[in-house]
Amino acid sequence: MQTQIEKSPELAPKQPKQKKKFRLLNLSPYVFITPYFLIFAVFMLYPMIYSFVLSFGQWRAGTTTFVGLENYKKLFADPIFWDSLGTTALILCIQVPIMLTLATLVATVINSKSLRFKGAIRLGFFLPVLIDLVTYSLVFSLLFNETYGMINQALGGIGIGPIKWFSDGTWAKILIICAVTWRWTGYNAIIILSGLQSVPKDLYESASIDGAGKLTTFFKITIPMLKPVILFCAIISTIGTLQLFAEPFNLTGGGPRGETTTVILYLYDKAFGSFDFGLASAGAYVVTTIIGVLSYFQIKLSKGGEI
Amino acid sequence: MNSRRSFNKLLLYIFVLIGITISVFPFYWMFTASTLGESDIFKVPPKLIPDGNLFNNLSNLMDNWPIWRALLNSIIVSGITTITTILFAALAGYAFAKYKFKGRELLFSSVLLIMMVPTQVMLVPMFITMMNLDWIDTYYALIIPHLVTPFGVFLMRQQMISFPDDLIEAARIDGCNDFGIFFRIVLPTMKPACAALGIVTFMQQWGNFIWPLVVVSSKELYTLPLMLSMMVQPGQVVQYGQVMVAAVIGLLPMLILFLLFQKHFVSGIFGGSVKG
Repeated sequence: MQTQIEKSPELAPKQPKQKKKFRLLNLSPYVFITPYFLIFAVFMLYPMIYSFVLSFGQWRAGTTTFVGLENYKKLFADPIFWDSLGTTALILCIQVPIMLTLATLVATVINSKSLRFKGAIRLGFFLPVLIDLVTYSLVFSLLFNETYGMINQALGGIGIGPIKWFSDGTWAKILIICAVTWRWTGYNAIIILSGLQSVPKDLYESASIDGAGKLTTFFKITIPMLKPVILFCAIISTIGTLQLFAEPFNLTGGGPRGETTTVILYLYDKAFGSFDFGLASAGAYVVTTIIGVLSYFQIKLSKGGEI
Repeated sequence: MNSRRSFNKLLLYIFVLIGITISVFPFYWMFTASTLGESDIFKVPPKLIPDGNLFNNLSNLMDNWPIWRALLNSIIVSGITTITTILFAALAGYAFAKYKFKGRELLFSSVLLIMMVPTQVMLVPMFITMMNLDWIDTYYALIIPHLVTPFGVFLMRQQMISFPDDLIEAARIDGCNDFGIFFRIVLPTMKPACAALGIVTFMQQWGNFIWPLVVVSSKELYTLPLMLSMMVQPGQVVQYGQVMVAAVIGLLPMLILFLLFQKHFVSGIFGGSVKG
């Protein structure tokens, strides 16, 4: 240290270069990622590889026999698989855009300066985030009960209904979409709000000095600054919807006639209902591939995001 | 201009009012139903005012289901995994955000990739792994696979990438080592991010359903969501009063936690560090 200080005037211009070299050999980042890496390797990477092997085999009492593409053939020949995939896709395409628009709206409203009772309003919007999937599914099954449920009673009061939330396939899907949107809008709003709050205040100040209106500021500053956050929300919502399970399991039971059976519910039935681990693994890989492709396109579409 | 502004304000409040009603009403109904007698829950017209049956429902619930054990299990599992997720994710997120090291791109791509893979998709191989480790129906199975999440690493990395390099450089010049920089300079300013990740993780584990459903079979290891779902499975005589009491018991800890940590969401991510 002492000698370095003495020599410092001479060394000063060289310092940046030296530092870079030192950092390349630094071990600390490896130490930092070790705990994550261990869990990742044992409980994520290994199962993923194992699952891949299983998808080409048949599992019986601990031993796997190779069956080639048999599982995939069986899967693609099963109309119930295609139905479950279609149901999931339909819910995804309708639910995610509605929810993200609502979430951005809610986050902006909560962040707006002129709003009073902010604390209470924020809590109100975020409340659904706190309830777990099983609990709210049970509450919704009470509320939407076809004969006695509050929703149908209220709708009956204004001359609508009774809506067949559970016995009609289309309404059952709408029920799931309503439920999922109710549950997850606040969650996404939290993430978007944290993004909103990290937008540097100077940007808004200079925009208002330049005479930009509220809408202009929103579309020219807020939205571009939020882009990475909204992209993040879109990706996790897509993944979340593709793994929809607790709601159909507890709310509609996958019915009526399997019309709300999502792809994960289908795979769960195959794995732990008929213990066809090979078929379930093949299905898991198909779903993973779909998620990978979708996420790739979402990232490509909104290029410029921080990934 | 002025009337337009107050019109906008009116619109804002109408939006807020409708939104709040929709998002709060199911909670009101849940609390109300937990105080109603069984026959009052499905009444036409609906009974919207709480009644005095709460403790009756609770004692029936305690007779039939291990509610306190399930609560304790949920607290143990969620508590441990939350603390370790914050720490491990912050460590890894910091490495990905602020260091250049061999294998960084590959490892970070693997974080993104594995984040895209739903845990449900890995259910079967994870289940078999648990069988091989002889962890079925143990706390190990509930806790250890969830000690850290790729989501956490991604979130932390996204938050830390905007941490000013100048501050890190300044600390390094002052003679602080890498661990000192992380624990004393970076982590303290990441409190809002840690709180956000903590709440998200706790919430995730608190509500984790499919995993306990698969690896737990004995009642002693039921977590709250698993117990709730078991209460309404076909074959059970469903007592909605008891179900709603259990639901309220499961919700209260989340509510308390959120109220305690709420301010971390509000204060800006950078409030403490740069602007003083």
